[in-house]
Amino acid sequence: MSHGNKVISIWFFIGALLLIYGILITGAGIHGLAHPPTTEVVLSNLHAAIWWGALLIVLGAVYLYLYAPSRKNRS
Amino acid sequence: MHVIPGLFLLPSSRLISLEGVDIAIIAIYFAAVLLIGFYLKGQSRTGDDFFLAGREMTAWIAGLSFLSANLGSLELMGWAAASYQYGILATHWYWIGAIPAMLFLGLVMMPFYYISKTHSVPGYLQLRFGEPSRALSAVSFAFMTVLMSGINMYSMALVMKVVLGWDINFSIWVSSLTVAVYVALGGLRSAIFNEVLQFVLIWLGSLLIPILGLIEAGGWQGLQQRIAHNFNQDYTHLWRTLGSFSANPMGIHWTGIVLGLGWVISFGYWTTDFLVVQRVLAARDLRSAKMAPVIGAGFKMLVPFIVILPGLLGLGVLPMKLVGEGAAVASGGHSYNEVLPLMLARYCGPGLLGLGITALIAGFMSGMAGNVSAFATVWTYDIYRAFMNRKATDAHYVGMGRWCTIIGVLISIGTAYLVMQFQSIMDYVQALFSFFIAPLFGTVLLGMLWKRATPAGGFWGLLAGTLSSIGMWAWVKADPSALRIIALSPDARDMAENMYRGLWSWIICVAVTYAVSMMTAPLPEKSLAGLVYGCTEIPSEGAIPLHHRPAFWAAIVIVVFFALNLYFW
Repeated sequence: MSHGNKVISIWFFIGALLLIYGILITGAGIHGLAHPPTTEVVLSNLHAAIWWGALLIVLGAVYLYLYAPSRKNRS
Repeated sequence: MHVIPGLFLLPSSRLISLEGVDIAIIAIYFAAVLLIGFYLKGQSRTGDDFFLAGREMTAWIAGLSFLSANLGSLELMGWAAASYQYGILATHWYWIGAIPAMLFLGLVMMPFYYISKTHSVPGYLQLRFGEPSRALSAVSFAFMTVLMSGINMYSMALVMKVVLGWDINFSIWVSSLTVAVYVALGGLRSAIFNEVLQFVLIWLGSLLIPILGLIEAGGWQGLQQRIAHNFNQDYTHLWRTLGSFSANPMGIHWTGIVLGLGWVISFGYWTTDFLVVQRVLAARDLRSAKMAPVIGAGFKMLVPFIVILPGLLGLGVLPMKLVGEGAAVASGGHSYNEVLPLMLARYCGPGLLGLGITALIAGFMSGMAGNVSAFATVWTYDIYRAFMNRKATDAHYVGMGRWCTIIGVLISIGTAYLVMQFQSIMDYVQALFSFFIAPLFGTVLLGMLWKRATPAGGFWGLLAGTLSSIGMWAWVKADPSALRIIALSPDARDMAENMYRGLWSWIICVAVTYAVSMMTAPLPEKSLAGLVYGCTEIPSEGAIPLHHRPAFWAAIVIVVFFALNLYFW
């Protein structure tokens, strides 16, 4: 999914962004456990921020690993 | 394929408050798209690099970009609103109004676009029908593209003002200049790469709403029961209510959906609108070019999950009843157009809210980047090089493309401010855009499939179809009772009028093209090689496994398409 052999794959950028977002969103979810917001969202008991953030972390890490420029160079 | 009317009348209360983590997520997104633009700057030196991304995109990249360029934020918000208003009928614009056309583009039309090595759809018309057809097509497209881009920009800024309380000028300038920078730096490659990023963010930012919504509503059947309890009309069946104009909230008959939307409007948009076709032309080989629309079609079938379902969930779970724009302004309540932000605010707390807003911004940027990159290509190759400066160097045209991107964005910003002053312009421009698409499909289709079509036939057919479409629109404006003639029923509404007007203008285009072609001398077959079915040898795909063949995946997509329509019948 990259351009020739010269350009870093777009999936690498996406992986990096998802990893950062996952950390931020999971962090916000954990913070919300300790300090519940004044206005709670519907189904807040499901703690969506925590598991959705975790999903982003996993997806981001997988893409970072699979499309890392160093990995391509080695192959 | 946009639904924007009404967003201008949104009331001026803020729906959502963002926290620090949400602002950080949005800021990181802007930094990421600019980083990609700067990173790809050095990769866009030649015309093919800048305007066609070097024709090196894989089928997946081209396919996701193809879909993302269409998946603008107004598409998201507009169709969520339409599904609250019209129910599941809005899904027709994603299924019958897209899937057959996307598959037809991939399997039937793409070989001719790709083999002819054209840079654009107007460029194909020049090869097939000569300069007059190209000029008519290119000027209309360039004009409408920047106008639409400006209108979308203003609508998005207004949404940001209503949803987040952001200043309209801030939203317009920051978002559009960001797009200008990354497209001007990296050309189509940067636009495509960012569109793939935006595609992922749109999904990940929007997907939680239907998931949590279905949990709250008790699944699809629970949602159906809630809607039936809240409203008297049938909002959850796709075809059952289309037997007459008055039996459904859209005021449309199944013939309008199948022939007007499913055939003319859909095929016109997905197979001839250069905004989307350009993404596929960037594919690295013919098989990838054929596969890209098939991949796009597969994902397009899923889009109702993040667009239509939130609107239906709004019907089922929101405690308040959303109303039309005028009533919302008068009563201080919420309008249909706010259903997506309302659902976002209902389920998403800090962090997830920032991701959801980022999805909306990403949608806006992908749509705008599509517009300006297509505008830059058509202006540079089909207007500037064709009629003003034929003999410049490749580097000169790349420079012109970069400047066009900046100028296109500035014109769009100007349009946004113009619309701010004269909001009724939007209705006219929307209509103008639709005037061109249906007849253009007639011209391109005959050009590709009928070798007897002549340059004069192509030009006069396109002109007659466009003028007749404008004439029908003006007739209904001047005399609303004419709607019963154009749309076949006095109960028909705006949507139905658009569908039937498209159908008639397409028929007129085809009829005139046929008549004029039969009266003029045919082109020698030798000159049609690579352009027309029957005169072109389509390269064999060779001995590749079945699962690598576009036709195999297209067959799977079409089976799923029929299954979905039957399930939600």
